[in-house]
Amino acid sequence: MTALIEFRDVELSFGETLVLGGLNFSVRRGEIVCLVGPSGCGKTTALRVASGLMAPTRGEVRFDGARVEGPRRDVAIVFQDYAKALLPWRTAAGNVSLALEAMSVPRGKRAQRVGELLDRVGLLRHAFKYPSEMSGGMQQRLQIARCLAQQPLALMMDEPFGALDAMTRQSLQDEMLQIASAADATILFVTHDLEEAIYLGDRVIGLAPHPGRIGIELDVALPRPRNQVFTREDPEFLRLRRQLYDFIHTAEKGAAR
Amino acid sequence: MKLLQALALPAALAALAEVGARMSGPSDAVAPPSAVALALVEALGDGSLVAATRDTLLGAFGGLAIGASIGLILGLILGAAPTLDRLLEFPVEVLRPIPSVAVIPIALVALGFGYSLEIAIVSFACVWPLLILTRAAVRGVEPRLVEVARALKLTPLDRIVKIVAPAALPRIFVAFRLAAGVSLIVAVTVEIAVNPMGLGYGVMTAGQALRPDLMLAYVFWIGVVGFGLNALLVSAQQRFFGRAARSEAAR
Repeated sequence: MTALIEFRDVELSFGETLVLGGLNFSVRRGEIVCLVGPSGCGKTTALRVASGLMAPTRGEVRFDGARVEGPRRDVAIVFQDYAKALLPWRTAAGNVSLALEAMSVPRGKRAQRVGELLDRVGLLRHAFKYPSEMSGGMQQRLQIARCLAQQPLALMMDEPFGALDAMTRQSLQDEMLQIASAADATILFVTHDLEEAIYLGDRVIGLAPHPGRIGIELDVALPRPRNQVFTREDPEFLRLRRQLYDFIHTAEKGAAR
Repeated sequence: MKLLQALALPAALAALAEVGARMSGPSDAVAPPSAVALALVEALGDGSLVAATRDTLLGAFGGLAIGASIGLILGLILGAAPTLDRLLEFPVEVLRPIPSVAVIPIALVALGFGYSLEIAIVSFACVWPLLILTRAAVRGVEPRLVEVARALKLTPLDRIVKIVAPAALPRIFVAFRLAAGVSLIVAVTVEIAVNPMGLGYGVMTAGQALRPDLMLAYVFWIGVVGFGLNALLVSAQQRFFGRAARSEAAR
Protein backbone atom coordinates (compact mmCIF):
# COMPACT_ATOMS: atom_id res chain seq x y z
CA MET A 1 0.00 0.00 0.00
CA THR A 2 1.21 3.48 -0.81
CA ALA A 3 1.56 6.39 1.56
CA LEU A 4 -1.34 8.83 1.59
CA ILE A 5 0.00 11.18 4.24
CA GLU A 6 3.72 11.72 4.43
CA PHE A 7 5.61 13.84 6.99
CA ARG A 8 8.99 14.87 5.63
CA ASP A 9 11.34 16.48 8.18
CA VAL A 10 8.47 18.56 9.51
CA GLU A 11 9.73 21.25 11.86
CA LEU A 12 7.64 23.90 13.50
CA SER A 13 8.57 26.67 15.90
CA PHE A 14 6.49 29.20 17.78
CA GLY A 15 8.94 32.06 18.03
CA GLU A 16 12.00 30.65 19.77
CA THR A 17 10.36 27.42 20.84
CA LEU A 18 10.80 24.39 18.64
CA VAL A 19 7.51 22.50 18.89
CA LEU A 20 8.06 19.85 16.26
CA GLY A 21 11.63 18.77 15.69
CA GLY A 22 11.79 17.02 12.35
CA LEU A 23 8.93 14.54 12.11
CA ASN A 24 9.24 11.75 9.56
CA PHE A 25 6.49 9.21 9.17
CA SER A 26 3.78 8.24 6.79
CA VAL A 27 0.24 6.91 6.88
CA ARG A 28 -0.71 4.39 4.25
CA ARG A 29 -4.06 4.32 2.48
CA GLY A 30 -6.71 2.68 4.60
CA GLU A 31 -4.51 2.72 7.67
CA ILE A 32 -5.44 4.04 11.11
CA VAL A 33 -2.45 5.64 12.79
CA CYS A 34 -2.74 6.96 16.33
CA LEU A 35 -0.49 9.68 17.73
CA VAL A 36 0.00 9.58 21.47
CA GLY A 37 2.31 11.35 23.84
CA PRO A 38 2.45 13.39 27.04
CA SER A 39 0.76 16.78 26.93
CA GLY A 40 2.84 19.38 25.18
CA CYS A 41 4.51 16.85 22.89
CA GLY A 42 3.03 18.50 19.81
CA LYS A 43 0.60 15.78 18.75
CA THR A 44 -2.26 18.17 18.08
CA THR A 45 0.13 20.55 16.33
CA ALA A 46 1.31 17.70 14.10
CA LEU A 47 -2.31 16.96 13.20
CA ARG A 48 -2.98 20.62 12.43
CA VAL A 49 0.05 20.72 10.16
CA ALA A 50 -1.09 17.54 8.41
CA SER A 51 -4.55 18.98 7.83
CA GLY A 52 -3.17 22.24 6.46
CA LEU A 53 -4.45 24.48 9.25
CA MET A 54 -0.85 25.37 10.12
CA ALA A 55 2.21 25.61 7.92
CA PRO A 56 5.44 23.96 9.05
CA THR A 57 8.49 26.17 9.56
CA ARG A 58 10.61 23.68 7.68
CA GLY A 59 9.96 20.47 5.80
CA GLU A 60 6.62 19.51 4.34
CA VAL A 61 3.64 17.23 4.58
CA ARG A 62 2.64 15.53 1.36
CA PHE A 63 -0.87 14.32 0.84
CA ASP A 64 -1.66 11.96 -1.99
CA GLY A 65 1.65 12.95 -3.55
CA ALA A 66 1.12 16.72 -3.39
CA ARG A 67 2.54 19.20 -0.92
CA VAL A 68 -0.06 20.34 1.65
CA GLU A 69 -0.45 24.13 1.32
CA GLY A 70 -3.71 24.57 3.20
CA PRO A 71 -6.90 22.75 4.17
CA ARG A 72 -8.35 20.50 1.49
CA ARG A 73 -11.90 19.27 1.11
CA ASP A 74 -10.79 15.66 0.77
CA VAL A 75 -9.24 15.88 4.24
CA ALA A 76 -11.85 16.18 6.97
CA ILE A 77 -11.00 17.41 10.45
CA VAL A 78 -12.88 16.21 13.52
CA PHE A 79 -12.27 18.63 16.37
CA GLN A 80 -12.32 17.68 20.02
CA ASP A 81 -14.62 20.52 21.05
CA TYR A 82 -17.65 19.41 19.04
CA ALA A 83 -19.89 21.95 20.75
CA LYS A 84 -17.86 24.81 19.32
CA ALA A 85 -17.36 23.22 15.91
CA LEU A 86 -21.10 22.96 15.17
CA LEU A 87 -23.26 25.86 14.04
CA PRO A 88 -25.68 26.43 16.95
CA TRP A 89 -28.23 28.12 14.70
CA ARG A 90 -28.53 25.17 12.34
CA THR A 91 -30.25 21.86 12.96
CA ALA A 92 -28.41 18.55 12.71
CA ALA A 93 -29.50 18.34 9.08
CA GLY A 94 -28.39 21.93 8.47
CA ASN A 95 -24.97 21.29 9.97
CA VAL A 96 -24.38 18.33 7.67
CA SER A 97 -25.72 20.35 4.79
CA LEU A 98 -23.02 22.99 5.37
CA ALA A 99 -20.36 20.60 4.06
CA LEU A 100 -22.50 19.73 1.04
CA GLU A 101 -23.04 23.44 0.36
CA ALA A 102 -19.29 23.97 0.56
CA MET A 103 -18.86 21.24 -2.05
CA SER A 104 -21.52 22.85 -4.27
CA VAL A 105 -23.82 19.85 -4.14
CA PRO A 106 -27.02 21.06 -5.85
CA ARG A 107 -29.87 21.89 -3.50
CA GLY A 108 -32.11 19.12 -4.81
CA LYS A 109 -29.63 16.39 -3.97
CA ARG A 110 -28.71 17.64 -0.52
CA ALA A 111 -31.70 16.40 1.45
CA GLN A 112 -31.19 12.81 0.43
CA ARG A 113 -27.44 12.92 1.11
CA VAL A 114 -28.04 14.52 4.50
CA GLY A 115 -30.45 11.73 5.34
CA GLU A 116 -27.95 9.04 4.35
CA LEU A 117 -25.16 10.65 6.35
CA LEU A 118 -27.25 11.14 9.47
CA ASP A 119 -28.40 7.54 9.17
CA ARG A 120 -24.80 6.37 9.06
CA VAL A 121 -24.08 7.92 12.44
CA GLY A 122 -27.45 6.95 13.88
CA LEU A 123 -28.92 10.46 14.04
CA LEU A 124 -31.63 10.22 11.42
CA ARG A 125 -34.35 10.52 14.06
CA HIS A 126 -32.75 13.71 15.33
CA ALA A 127 -32.35 15.49 12.00
CA PHE A 128 -34.34 18.53 13.12
CA LYS A 129 -32.81 18.93 16.54
CA TYR A 130 -30.41 21.75 17.26
CA PRO A 131 -26.96 20.92 18.66
CA SER A 132 -27.93 22.46 22.00
CA GLU A 133 -30.68 19.84 22.27
CA MET A 134 -28.25 16.95 21.76
CA SER A 135 -25.95 15.07 24.13
CA GLY A 136 -22.17 15.27 23.75
CA GLY A 137 -22.01 11.91 22.04
CA MET A 138 -24.71 12.91 19.57
CA GLN A 139 -22.96 16.20 18.84
CA GLN A 140 -19.70 14.42 18.11
CA ARG A 141 -21.53 11.95 15.86
CA LEU A 142 -23.01 14.93 14.07
CA GLN A 143 -19.59 16.44 13.52
CA ILE A 144 -18.38 13.12 12.14
CA ALA A 145 -21.39 13.04 9.78
CA ARG A 146 -20.47 16.50 8.54
CA CYS A 147 -16.91 15.31 7.96
CA LEU A 148 -18.12 12.25 6.07
CA ALA A 149 -20.20 14.55 3.86
CA GLN A 150 -16.91 15.84 2.47
CA GLN A 151 -16.28 12.32 1.14
CA PRO A 152 -12.77 12.62 2.49
CA LEU A 153 -9.80 10.51 1.55
CA ALA A 154 -8.56 10.94 5.08
CA LEU A 155 -9.95 11.87 8.48
CA MET A 156 -7.88 13.90 10.91
CA MET A 157 -9.24 13.37 14.39
CA ASP A 158 -8.02 15.47 17.31
CA GLU A 159 -8.90 13.69 20.56
CA PRO A 160 -12.46 13.38 19.29
CA PHE A 161 -13.71 11.29 22.20
CA GLY A 162 -11.63 12.92 24.94
CA ALA A 163 -14.50 14.92 26.40
CA LEU A 164 -17.02 12.05 26.44
CA ASP A 165 -17.88 9.71 29.29
CA ALA A 166 -16.39 6.22 29.20
CA MET A 167 -19.49 4.39 27.96
CA THR A 168 -20.20 6.83 25.14
CA ARG A 169 -16.53 6.84 24.22
CA GLN A 170 -16.48 3.08 23.79
CA SER A 171 -19.57 2.97 21.63
CA LEU A 172 -18.25 5.81 19.47
CA GLN A 173 -14.93 4.00 19.11
CA ASP A 174 -16.74 0.96 17.74
CA GLU A 175 -18.98 3.02 15.50
CA MET A 176 -15.95 4.83 14.14
CA LEU A 177 -14.17 1.56 13.41
CA GLN A 178 -17.25 0.28 11.59
CA ILE A 179 -17.57 3.42 9.50
CA ALA A 180 -13.84 3.40 8.80
CA SER A 181 -13.77 -0.20 7.65
CA ALA A 182 -16.88 0.27 5.50
CA ALA A 183 -15.37 3.33 3.83
CA ASP A 184 -11.79 1.99 3.88
CA ALA A 185 -10.89 5.36 5.43
CA THR A 186 -7.41 6.56 6.25
CA ILE A 187 -7.30 8.06 9.71
CA LEU A 188 -4.74 10.03 11.66
CA PHE A 189 -6.00 9.97 15.23
CA VAL A 190 -4.60 12.01 18.10
CA THR A 191 -5.34 10.86 21.64
CA HIS A 192 -3.78 10.91 25.09
CA ASP A 193 -5.55 7.67 25.96
CA LEU A 194 -3.04 4.84 25.38
CA GLU A 195 -5.66 2.10 25.39
CA GLU A 196 -7.77 3.97 22.89
CA ALA A 197 -4.75 4.33 20.61
CA ILE A 198 -4.03 0.59 20.67
CA TYR A 199 -7.67 -0.36 20.39
CA LEU A 200 -8.25 1.77 17.29
CA GLY A 201 -4.89 1.80 15.55
CA ASP A 202 -3.06 -0.28 13.02
CA ARG A 203 -0.04 1.58 14.23
CA VAL A 204 0.66 3.75 17.26
CA ILE A 205 3.27 6.47 17.15
CA GLY A 206 4.44 7.87 20.47
CA LEU A 207 5.83 11.40 20.48
CA ALA A 208 8.43 12.60 22.95
CA PRO A 209 8.25 16.29 23.94
CA HIS A 210 10.56 19.32 23.67
CA PRO A 211 10.72 19.27 20.74
CA GLY A 212 8.03 16.88 19.53
CA ARG A 213 9.70 13.92 17.89
CA ILE A 214 8.95 10.27 17.34
CA GLY A 215 9.97 8.25 20.37
CA ILE A 216 8.33 4.94 19.64
CA GLU A 217 6.46 3.30 16.81
CA LEU A 218 4.42 0.16 17.40
CA ASP A 219 2.57 -2.06 14.95
CA VAL A 220 -0.69 -3.26 16.42
CA ALA A 221 -1.13 -6.84 15.26
CA LEU A 222 -4.53 -7.34 16.86
CA PRO A 223 -7.26 -8.99 14.80
CA ARG A 224 -10.18 -6.96 13.46
CA PRO A 225 -13.02 -6.48 14.06
CA ARG A 226 -11.95 -5.47 17.52
CA ASN A 227 -14.04 -6.02 20.56
CA GLN A 228 -14.19 -3.92 23.71
CA VAL A 229 -13.87 -7.02 25.91
CA PHE A 230 -11.75 -9.56 24.06
CA THR A 231 -9.37 -7.15 22.34
CA ARG A 232 -8.65 -5.35 25.59
CA GLU A 233 -7.90 -8.70 27.29
CA ASP A 234 -5.62 -9.93 24.53
CA PRO A 235 -2.06 -10.53 25.84
CA GLU A 236 -0.73 -8.61 22.84
CA PHE A 237 -2.92 -5.62 23.82
CA LEU A 238 -1.56 -5.76 27.35
CA ARG A 239 2.02 -6.07 26.11
CA LEU A 240 1.60 -3.02 23.85
CA ARG A 241 -0.06 -1.07 26.63
CA ARG A 242 2.84 -1.79 28.95
CA GLN A 243 5.36 -0.80 26.30
CA LEU A 244 3.56 2.48 25.57
CA TYR A 245 3.07 3.22 29.24
CA ASP A 246 6.79 2.77 29.91
CA PHE A 247 7.58 5.04 26.99
CA ILE A 248 5.22 7.81 28.10
CA HIS A 249 6.51 7.54 31.66
CA THR A 250 10.12 8.03 30.58
CA ALA A 251 9.15 10.75 28.10
CA GLU A 252 7.35 12.66 30.84
CA LYS A 253 10.29 12.31 33.20
CA GLY A 254 12.54 13.54 30.43
CA ALA A 255 10.26 16.51 29.93
CA ALA A 256 10.28 17.36 33.62
CA ARG A 257 14.03 17.36 33.74
CA MET B 1 -54.02 38.54 35.54
CA LYS B 2 -50.39 39.42 34.88
CA LEU B 3 -51.46 42.66 33.26
CA LEU B 4 -53.63 43.48 36.25
CA GLN B 5 -50.69 42.85 38.53
CA ALA B 6 -48.42 45.07 36.46
CA LEU B 7 -50.96 47.89 36.48
CA ALA B 8 -51.90 47.71 40.17
CA LEU B 9 -49.01 49.77 41.53
CA PRO B 10 -49.07 52.47 38.81
CA ALA B 11 -52.82 52.85 39.31
CA ALA B 12 -52.37 53.26 43.05
CA LEU B 13 -49.61 55.84 42.51
CA ALA B 14 -51.76 57.73 40.01
CA ALA B 15 -54.60 57.84 42.54
CA LEU B 16 -52.20 59.14 45.17
CA ALA B 17 -50.91 61.80 42.76
CA GLU B 18 -54.47 62.78 41.98
CA VAL B 19 -55.27 63.36 45.63
CA GLY B 20 -51.97 65.13 46.27
CA ALA B 21 -52.27 67.45 43.28
CA ARG B 22 -55.85 68.37 44.14
CA MET B 23 -55.01 69.05 47.77
CA SER B 24 -52.05 71.31 47.01
CA GLY B 25 -54.10 73.52 44.70
CA PRO B 26 -53.28 74.91 41.27
CA SER B 27 -49.64 74.72 40.10
CA ASP B 28 -47.51 75.61 37.05
CA ALA B 29 -45.36 72.48 37.36
CA VAL B 30 -47.68 69.58 38.14
CA ALA B 31 -51.21 68.65 37.26
CA PRO B 32 -53.49 65.89 38.57
CA PRO B 33 -53.38 62.72 36.44
CA SER B 34 -57.00 63.21 35.42
CA ALA B 35 -56.15 66.58 33.87
CA VAL B 36 -53.11 65.05 32.18
CA ALA B 37 -55.27 62.28 30.73
CA LEU B 38 -57.76 64.85 29.51
CA ALA B 39 -55.02 66.91 27.87
CA LEU B 40 -53.63 63.75 26.27
CA VAL B 41 -57.02 62.85 24.77
CA GLU B 42 -57.45 66.40 23.56
CA ALA B 43 -53.98 66.54 21.97
CA LEU B 44 -54.59 63.18 20.35
CA GLY B 45 -57.97 64.38 19.10
CA ASP B 46 -56.81 67.62 17.46
CA GLY B 47 -53.96 65.86 15.67
CA SER B 48 -51.19 67.94 17.23
CA LEU B 49 -49.78 64.99 19.18
CA VAL B 50 -49.89 62.72 16.16
CA ALA B 51 -48.07 65.29 14.03
CA ALA B 52 -45.45 65.83 16.72
CA THR B 53 -44.98 62.08 17.09
CA ARG B 54 -44.54 61.75 13.33
CA ASP B 55 -41.90 64.49 13.32
CA THR B 56 -39.97 63.01 16.22
CA LEU B 57 -40.07 59.49 14.81
CA LEU B 58 -38.95 60.75 11.39
CA GLY B 59 -35.97 62.41 13.03
CA ALA B 60 -35.24 59.43 15.25
CA PHE B 61 -35.66 56.72 12.60
CA GLY B 62 -33.92 58.73 9.89
CA GLY B 63 -30.95 59.23 12.16
CA LEU B 64 -31.10 55.64 13.37
CA ALA B 65 -31.07 54.31 9.80
CA ILE B 66 -28.09 56.41 8.76
CA GLY B 67 -26.11 56.19 11.99
CA ALA B 68 -26.72 52.48 12.52
CA SER B 69 -25.72 51.69 8.93
CA ILE B 70 -22.49 53.63 9.25
CA GLY B 71 -21.76 52.02 12.61
CA LEU B 72 -22.59 48.56 11.29
CA ILE B 73 -20.35 48.85 8.25
CA LEU B 74 -17.49 50.39 10.24
CA GLY B 75 -17.90 47.73 12.92
CA LEU B 76 -17.80 44.91 10.39
CA ILE B 77 -14.70 46.34 8.75
CA LEU B 78 -12.88 47.13 11.98
CA GLY B 79 -13.81 43.75 13.44
CA ALA B 80 -12.36 41.95 10.45
CA ALA B 81 -9.27 44.14 9.98
CA PRO B 82 -7.35 44.56 13.25
CA THR B 83 -4.66 46.73 11.62
CA LEU B 84 -7.19 49.29 10.44
CA ASP B 85 -8.81 49.12 13.85
CA ARG B 86 -5.54 50.05 15.55
CA LEU B 87 -5.10 52.97 13.15
CA LEU B 88 -8.60 54.28 13.86
CA GLU B 89 -8.62 53.53 17.56
CA PHE B 90 -7.51 57.02 18.61
CA PRO B 91 -9.96 59.03 16.46
CA VAL B 92 -12.81 56.71 17.44
CA GLU B 93 -12.04 56.94 21.14
CA VAL B 94 -11.82 60.74 20.94
CA LEU B 95 -15.05 61.22 18.99
CA ARG B 96 -17.09 58.66 20.89
CA PRO B 97 -17.24 60.42 24.28
CA ILE B 98 -18.47 63.69 22.71
CA PRO B 99 -22.05 64.08 23.96
CA SER B 100 -24.43 64.31 21.04
CA VAL B 101 -25.85 67.49 22.56
CA ALA B 102 -22.45 69.10 22.10
CA VAL B 103 -22.72 68.57 18.34
CA ILE B 104 -25.95 70.58 18.15
CA PRO B 105 -24.32 74.02 17.67
CA ILE B 106 -22.10 72.71 14.86
CA ALA B 107 -25.00 70.99 13.11
CA LEU B 108 -27.20 74.04 13.60
CA VAL B 109 -24.71 76.30 11.86
CA ALA B 110 -24.23 73.78 9.07
CA LEU B 111 -27.81 72.62 8.55
CA GLY B 112 -30.21 75.10 10.13
CA PHE B 113 -33.45 74.03 11.83
CA GLY B 114 -35.46 71.07 10.62
CA TYR B 115 -35.32 67.38 9.97
CA SER B 116 -31.76 67.31 8.66
CA LEU B 117 -30.45 68.86 11.88
CA GLU B 118 -32.18 66.26 13.99
CA ILE B 119 -31.27 63.37 11.71
CA ALA B 120 -27.60 64.40 11.66
CA ILE B 121 -27.31 64.51 15.44
CA VAL B 122 -29.23 61.28 15.99
CA SER B 123 -26.98 59.64 13.39
CA PHE B 124 -23.90 60.75 15.28
CA ALA B 125 -25.27 59.23 18.49
CA CYS B 126 -26.31 55.95 16.83
CA VAL B 127 -22.99 55.21 15.14
CA TRP B 128 -21.23 54.29 18.38
CA PRO B 129 -23.30 51.47 19.85
CA LEU B 130 -23.38 49.74 16.47
CA LEU B 131 -19.70 50.28 15.80
CA ILE B 132 -18.49 49.10 19.17
CA LEU B 133 -20.81 46.10 19.52
CA THR B 134 -20.58 44.95 15.90
CA ARG B 135 -16.81 45.07 16.09
CA ALA B 136 -16.90 42.99 19.26
CA ALA B 137 -19.45 40.58 17.75
CA VAL B 138 -17.31 39.95 14.68
CA ARG B 139 -14.22 39.46 16.80
CA GLY B 140 -16.16 37.22 19.14
CA VAL B 141 -17.15 34.70 16.48
CA GLU B 142 -16.04 31.34 17.84
CA PRO B 143 -12.55 30.76 16.39
CA ARG B 144 -13.34 27.09 15.96
CA LEU B 145 -16.17 27.99 13.59
CA VAL B 146 -13.75 30.10 11.59
CA GLU B 147 -11.52 27.05 11.38
CA VAL B 148 -14.44 24.90 10.27
CA ALA B 149 -15.04 27.42 7.51
CA ARG B 150 -11.38 27.16 6.53
CA ALA B 151 -11.42 23.37 6.65
CA LEU B 152 -14.47 23.28 4.39
CA LYS B 153 -12.84 25.87 2.12
CA LEU B 154 -15.91 28.08 2.12
CA THR B 155 -15.68 31.03 -0.26
CA PRO B 156 -15.15 34.42 1.44
CA LEU B 157 -18.77 35.34 0.71
CA ASP B 158 -20.07 32.05 2.15
CA ARG B 159 -17.84 32.53 5.16
CA ILE B 160 -19.55 35.85 5.90
CA VAL B 161 -23.07 34.79 4.97
CA LYS B 162 -23.04 31.34 6.56
CA ILE B 163 -20.68 31.68 9.51
CA VAL B 164 -19.77 35.23 10.58
CA ALA B 165 -23.10 36.97 10.01
CA PRO B 166 -25.35 34.41 11.72
CA ALA B 167 -22.87 34.11 14.57
CA ALA B 168 -22.66 37.88 15.05
CA LEU B 169 -26.24 38.86 14.17
CA PRO B 170 -27.89 38.29 17.56
CA ARG B 171 -25.39 40.62 19.22
CA ILE B 172 -25.66 43.14 16.40
CA PHE B 173 -29.40 43.20 16.91
CA VAL B 174 -28.92 43.95 20.59
CA ALA B 175 -26.78 46.89 19.51
CA PHE B 176 -29.56 48.00 17.20
CA ARG B 177 -32.04 47.91 20.06
CA LEU B 178 -29.71 50.04 22.15
CA ALA B 179 -29.31 52.50 19.28
CA ALA B 180 -33.09 52.67 18.77
CA GLY B 181 -33.49 53.72 22.40
CA VAL B 182 -30.73 56.28 21.99
CA SER B 183 -32.30 57.65 18.81
CA LEU B 184 -35.55 58.57 20.55
CA ILE B 185 -33.77 60.16 23.50
CA VAL B 186 -31.50 62.22 21.29
CA ALA B 187 -34.30 63.27 18.93
CA VAL B 188 -36.36 64.59 21.85
CA THR B 189 -33.29 66.25 23.36
CA VAL B 190 -32.54 68.09 20.12
CA GLU B 191 -36.15 69.25 19.97
CA ILE B 192 -36.06 70.52 23.52
CA ALA B 193 -32.73 72.24 23.01
CA VAL B 194 -33.20 73.95 19.65
CA ASN B 195 -35.30 72.28 17.00
CA PRO B 196 -38.85 73.72 16.77
CA MET B 197 -40.68 70.47 16.00
CA GLY B 198 -41.75 67.16 17.42
CA LEU B 199 -42.55 65.88 20.90
CA GLY B 200 -39.64 67.62 22.62
CA TYR B 201 -40.75 70.97 21.27
CA GLY B 202 -44.28 70.12 22.41
CA VAL B 203 -43.04 69.61 25.97
CA MET B 204 -41.20 72.93 25.84
CA THR B 205 -44.07 75.02 24.46
CA ALA B 206 -46.61 73.48 26.82
CA GLY B 207 -44.32 74.26 29.75
CA GLN B 208 -43.80 77.82 28.58
CA ALA B 209 -47.54 78.25 28.09
CA LEU B 210 -48.01 77.25 31.75
CA ARG B 211 -49.96 74.15 30.76
CA PRO B 212 -48.50 71.48 33.10
CA ASP B 213 -51.30 69.08 32.15
CA LEU B 214 -50.34 69.20 28.47
CA MET B 215 -46.63 69.16 29.26
CA LEU B 216 -47.01 66.02 31.38
CA ALA B 217 -49.25 64.49 28.72
CA TYR B 218 -46.39 64.94 26.22
CA VAL B 219 -43.86 63.46 28.62
CA PHE B 220 -46.11 60.50 29.33
CA TRP B 221 -46.66 60.01 25.61
CA ILE B 222 -42.90 59.98 24.95
CA GLY B 223 -42.69 57.17 27.47
CA VAL B 224 -45.47 55.30 25.68
CA VAL B 225 -43.72 55.69 22.31
CA GLY B 226 -40.41 54.47 23.74
CA PHE B 227 -42.11 51.55 25.43
CA GLY B 228 -43.86 50.57 22.20
CA LEU B 229 -40.67 50.84 20.19
CA ASN B 230 -38.75 48.65 22.60
CA ALA B 231 -41.57 46.09 22.82
CA LEU B 232 -41.63 45.89 19.02
CA LEU B 233 -37.89 45.33 18.83
CA VAL B 234 -37.86 42.78 21.65
CA SER B 235 -40.56 40.72 19.98
CA ALA B 236 -38.71 40.96 16.65
CA GLN B 237 -35.54 39.83 18.39
CA GLN B 238 -37.24 36.83 19.94
CA ARG B 239 -38.88 35.95 16.67
CA PHE B 240 -35.73 36.13 14.57
CA PHE B 241 -32.99 35.26 16.99
CA GLY B 242 -34.73 33.35 19.77
CA ARG B 243 -32.62 30.25 19.36
CA ALA B 244 -29.42 32.00 18.43
CA ALA B 245 -29.78 34.38 21.35
CA ARG B 246 -30.29 31.45 23.70
CA SER B 247 -27.23 29.62 22.45
CA GLU B 248 -25.32 32.87 22.69
CA ALA B 249 -26.38 33.25 26.29
CA ALA B 250 -25.42 29.65 27.03
CA ARG B 251 -21.79 30.33 26.14
